[in-house]
This record gives sequence, C-alpha cells and structure tokens, in this order.
Amino acid sequence: MSLKKSNLAQAWLVLLLATLFGTALAGIQAKLGPVIEANKVKETMAKIPALVLGEDLAAELAADNQTLTIKSRVIEIKKNGTTKFYTVYDAWLPDGKMVGHVVKAVGQGYADKIELLVGVDAPGKRITGLFVLEQKETPGLGAKILEDAWRGQFKEKSTEKTLSVVKGGEVKEDEIDSISGATISSKSVTGMVNTTVANVASQLQIADGPDNTKTPAVQNEEPGKDKERS
Amino acid sequence: MADQPTALERFVQGILPENPVYRQLLGLCPTLAVTNGMKPALTMAVSVAFVLVCANVVISLIRNLLKPHLRIVVFTLTIATFVTVADRVLAAYMFQMSKTLGPYIPLIIVNCLIICRCEVCASKQGPVTAAADGLGQALGFGLALASIAAVREILGTGMLMGFRVLPALWPDWVIMVLPPGAFLTLGLLLGLVNYIDYKREEARK
Repeated sequence: MSLKKSNLAQAWLVLLLATLFGTALAGIQAKLGPVIEANKVKETMAKIPALVLGEDLAAELAADNQTLTIKSRVIEIKKNGTTKFYTVYDAWLPDGKMVGHVVKAVGQGYADKIELLVGVDAPGKRITGLFVLEQKETPGLGAKILEDAWRGQFKEKSTEKTLSVVKGGEVKEDEIDSISGATISSKSVTGMVNTTVANVASQLQIADGPDNTKTPAVQNEEPGKDKERS
Repeated sequence: MADQPTALERFVQGILPENPVYRQLLGLCPTLAVTNGMKPALTMAVSVAFVLVCANVVISLIRNLLKPHLRIVVFTLTIATFVTVADRVLAAYMFQMSKTLGPYIPLIIVNCLIICRCEVCASKQGPVTAAADGLGQALGFGLALASIAAVREILGTGMLMGFRVLPALWPDWVIMVLPPGAFLTLGLLLGLVNYIDYKREEARK
C-alpha cells in the first residue's frame, strides 16, 4: 500500500491536533484544577453553618459577626469487604459547643455524578439539612433536586430509619416526595442520603474539642476520596 | 473563489442580515435554556464568542491541510477543546455562574452555529475573514440572546440585571422565566423580526 493511501497518512492531522489539544488541556487543568477545587471547598465551608444550624440561626450568627469552628476529617467505613471514605466536617459554636456535622457524599445520579452535603446534628440522630454541591441532572426535571422545597424535606428526618421515595401526594414520616418526571434523580439522592447516614451516623461522635489539634480548618480535598474502593 | 464575501461583509452579515438565531435558527438550545436572566445569557454569549472566534481562526489556519472526509472530526476536536477551556475558566473564576449554567457550557460543543461557521467560512477563507465572521456571528448571537433575556427577565421579575425597571406593582409573570416563556418570547420576537423585514421589503418595492 502506498503511503498516500494508508490511513495514517490521511489521519495525521487529526492525530497531531488531538495530541496538541490534549496537551494544552492537560496544562490548563493542571493550572485551574486546584482553583476549582478551592472554589468547591469554599462553597462547602460557606454552606456548613446553614446546614447544621438552619438558615435562620446561621444568619443570626453571621449578623453577630461570629463564625463556627470547622474541622474536617475522613471517616473510613468497612462494610462487606469494601472500604468507603467519607469526608466529614465537624462544627463547633464559638463557645466550644459541638453543633453538628456535615458529611460529603458522592453517588451516581441520572446523568452524572452527584455530590451532596448532608448535615447531621451533634448526637447523629437527626438530619439537619441537605445541599447539592454538584449535579448535571436534566434541567427542569432532575435539576429540581437543587430547590429548597425539595431539599427541605430531608430536614428533621431521623437518621435511624431508611427514607423511602413516594410519588405524589401524601408524605408520611420517613418518606420523601418524588420530583415528578425525575424519579431516578429523587431516588438516587434519597438513596445516597440513606447509605451515608446509615454508614456514618454512629461514627460521628467525636471526643476532640475544636482546639485540640492544630490541623487547619480547611484541608485540601483529595478528589475521589469518597469513592468506593474494593 | 473570487466571489467569497470579504471580512467586513462577513462581520456585518452575522449581526443582523444573517443573524444566527433570528435568521438561521441555529443554536436554539442555549437560546431557549439560558435566557431566563440577562447575566447567564451574556455569559453564554461571551463563551460562545470565545469558542467561535478561536475555532474559526484555528480551522482557517489549517484549512489547506484538511481532508474533505475528515474535516468534521477536525472541526469537532477544535471546538471541543475551546469549549473545555471556557468551561474550566468559568468554573475557576466564575464558580456560581458556572453552576447556574450547569451542562449548557459543555453543550456549546454541539451548538450547530459554530460547526456551521467552520464549514461555511473558516474552512474556505483566511484567518482575518474567519475571525471577522466569528465576531459578527457571535455578536448576532449575543444580541439575540440579550433581546430574549431582556424580555423574559423584565416581564418575569420586573427587574433587569438586579435593577427594578417596572414599578413594584407589576405582577411578575413567572411563566416568562420558566421554560414556556422561552418559547413564547422566541416565537414572538422571531415573528416581529420577520414582520419588520417584510415591511422593509414592501417599502423598497
């Protein structure tokens, strides 16, 4: 076969461009990746007061110019031969009283990975709030998991029971009303909350006070830390 | 190819005579999806402008190397690269806006407007013309997005970019910021543009 007709000779431009563009994008990711991660950590930190205290108390605290002391740690859960890692943020009031925990959960949604922040009270008995850190669900349907009205349903739910998703109408205790047209998104978020709470709630109690260790309040997140490893 | 439009003609044509949204009906997905507010609409317009101009220039520079049956692959590759750059930059420096726009920034890759300009202009003409074409089309796209967003935001919330433009008595037409409002506004504005055009044709005769 002559060189002119070979596939490689025809596709050299595509290959060259793919290599060049790939290298350029890798460079951009290397430069911007840490900035994007920092944005996410910053957003997490900004959401923690409202997640553990509720919007009103969090606003009051901010109005008094006071902030929560927040420290992060990683909880390791061994179950059925697999090990799961959860990033947990513990929050203390300025007077040193433990107010609650926020657990980061990652799971598969309808379209792509969903990242959640689940707020749990200090004894680990009740869910205090839910925030969606990242999602790519269908706009107008699944993306409604972002809305306060839907997320708010998780507030005050007990961590000892499994939440179930119901369609339309009557919502009893331990039930979450499904978003119409987005059953899968509703179920995956509820499932993620269930698994996270079941795995982590009993491990949340912490003996440390806010000042015992010198770890910085914001630790660098290692991407993929919460992913399941087998 | 003596009768190819010049750079200036390309630029002017993109704005109104060949407006991507009102004339060519291209790029309608972002047009409908992100025009519920002026800020997301403008961010989308700027991102598209960046991708369009960069892709046009790159394609124009390598136009003599293109194999006809592999050109679409090269277009897509180039466009995808610049879209990824735009997506990462937004996530790094405009984090909240990037969350608001969600998947619509990555979806610029499939905006037919850009591949259309690569095919029609950039793969046939020089980089200056291609850049002018990209700018003109992007400006036309931005104008279309801004006009739809202005109508929707003002009627839906009584505000524009956070400033109140209608009296507080205005009963916010919430439907305008919801998806049906996008179709209503696009349809009515499209009709209006066609009507004005028709009247001008009439007057010319």
